[in-house]
Amino acid sequence: MSIAPTVRHIPDRLDKAITSTLLSWESLLVLVAVAIFIANSLASPYFLDAYALSDLTFNFAEKASIALAMALLIISGEIDLSVAATMALASTLMGFAAQYGFGTFGLVMIGIAVGLACGAFNGFLVTALNLPSIVVTIGTMSLFRGVSFIILGDQAYKGYPESFAFFGQGYVWGVISFEFALFLVAAVIYWFLLHKTNFGRRIFAIGNNQVTAQFSGVRVKRIKFILFCLTGLMAGIASILLTSRLGSTRPSIAQGYELEAITMVVLGGVSILGGAGSIIGVVLAAFIMGLVTFGLGLLNVPGIVMSIFIGFLLIIIIALPILWRRFGWLIKA
Amino acid sequence: MKDIFKNREVWLGVVIVGMIGAITLRSPSFATPSNLGQIFNDTSILIILALGQMTVILTRSIDLSMAANLCFTGMVVAMLNAAHPDIPIFVLIFIALFVGLILGAINGALVWKVGIPPIVVTLGTLTIYRGATFVISGGAWVNADKMSPEFINFQRADILGVPVLSLIAILVVIVFQVFLTRTPLGRSIFAIGVNPTAAVYTGIDVGRTKFVAFCMSGLLAGLAGYLWISRYVIASVEVANGYELNIIAACVIGGISIAGGTGSVGGAVLGALFLGVISTALPVINISPFWQMAISGSAIIFAIVLNARSERKQGRIILKKAETA
Repeated sequence: MSIAPTVRHIPDRLDKAITSTLLSWESLLVLVAVAIFIANSLASPYFLDAYALSDLTFNFAEKASIALAMALLIISGEIDLSVAATMALASTLMGFAAQYGFGTFGLVMIGIAVGLACGAFNGFLVTALNLPSIVVTIGTMSLFRGVSFIILGDQAYKGYPESFAFFGQGYVWGVISFEFALFLVAAVIYWFLLHKTNFGRRIFAIGNNQVTAQFSGVRVKRIKFILFCLTGLMAGIASILLTSRLGSTRPSIAQGYELEAITMVVLGGVSILGGAGSIIGVVLAAFIMGLVTFGLGLLNVPGIVMSIFIGFLLIIIIALPILWRRFGWLIKA
Repeated sequence: MKDIFKNREVWLGVVIVGMIGAITLRSPSFATPSNLGQIFNDTSILIILALGQMTVILTRSIDLSMAANLCFTGMVVAMLNAAHPDIPIFVLIFIALFVGLILGAINGALVWKVGIPPIVVTLGTLTIYRGATFVISGGAWVNADKMSPEFINFQRADILGVPVLSLIAILVVIVFQVFLTRTPLGRSIFAIGVNPTAAVYTGIDVGRTKFVAFCMSGLLAGLAGYLWISRYVIASVEVANGYELNIIAACVIGGISIAGGTGSVGGAVLGALFLGVISTALPVINISPFWQMAISGSAIIFAIVLNARSERKQGRIILKKAETA
């Protein structure tokens, strides 16, 4: 008597109860975002204006674009602290080229190429030489910005072509700025890449257990290298946007952007230890940070006080679920 | 004899002496005792901060908030001094230590009791502490003319020809050398960095030890807060902006592994001195100070490559010994 082998169906994803969706990180972020939006519109009469809201997007589009790629990198268990320095270097070299009469197209190509090259350099050091990414990128952070300082010193580049201003100041449709449109397109691309492709599943696999991923045939190093390149690329693009918006370059440009981008990623529910996170969370976190800084700005709150708020937001939002898991039973009982 | 040259600190010392020698060829007055003493004095604050950062890094954590802590503590003592010039300097230093300790303890408690990864905690407190500096000062600066002469001159005084600032750094170095190598707590800081699981089985409370490490780095950041403000005689929100990465750089160059458990007080001191010598030497040999950032960046990358290689070599040696045994 032969026993027919039982065919077991293994689902790609487990069915989720509606309550778990409601209690998810993303819903928490949506609630926070809505609350801040309402608070803002009550606090300032200037908030609910189409052009004001459009200005808001300039506030975070550049950092948020970097955060998209950074999210993938952090999910894979690495980090890149050199993104702001990459922006500075890309901006400096674009300014350098503009002095020699490069056109807008040439400048954009240079920005993208420098970003990619910086990302590839980080990726090479981390994957080929097996070095920890956090210290490597602290080193390259000094190196990239240091090169900007060598080239520029205390000078500044101005005199970008007029058509170059479109990227940071132009509108594509009505009140939708080019920066915001680009960010939305990038968000969709990264969402697809992370959540709908094999490549994205492998990123999660690497972040959860690198050794297992390696033995399952995932090319860990190649994927990490690609992720560093993508992060560099996004930094290059962000540099084009920022340079175009400001119309000038100093070596201290984009200082501190790396910490803000990482804050967005972590606030978006990406585990800093790797292996978990979603693009939707990062996009929501970017909106929250944009809303907070813009709303407080309308109320004439200085930028540094806003950063306190962001700091508290970061710690509290990370601590809440941990404390909930630990002390939730107290409330139920 | 061979073992000496395998030692990381010896190599770093040789490199620093070599650098000083090379610079002296260009500018003979560079290697005079008074100038070398000056370099040490200039690097004292970085040495103190690097020792605090090292204690945290040894436990597989990182403290990004040290510069912000320094900024906040410095502002507190500067404002106290401006408002009440009659408070004795020792009380102010005690207050600086205490405020720094509290800020460090907040980091430590969030890591220990709430269980948030250290990099996230200190990323958050970095912005909070610096923002709090703005809140307490209202964005105003405290200038030299508002500080009492005692406040400014205390660390500049000479004892047997050595400035008090250097003496404080030397004292901190000695205390940390003893603390990290000769006390049970110091050894447990190394133990949880090398293997947290094994540390738990030997009865070490990993969370509490991390908490202590963060308290140490906070304490030293507080001390550095007073020293920094009285040295550069200005307290503002911008003080030591971005300096946290210099501190980590000194540690990395000094051979302290970011993976925890590896490092020495000597390494941290030499790492800080390396950066100090570079920043003093550049103007002397007519290189624009704008080169400094790129040079220290390259030095960091070079040092990490070296660290990684020496760690790998150690592994091989253990295997060879096992084969021959």
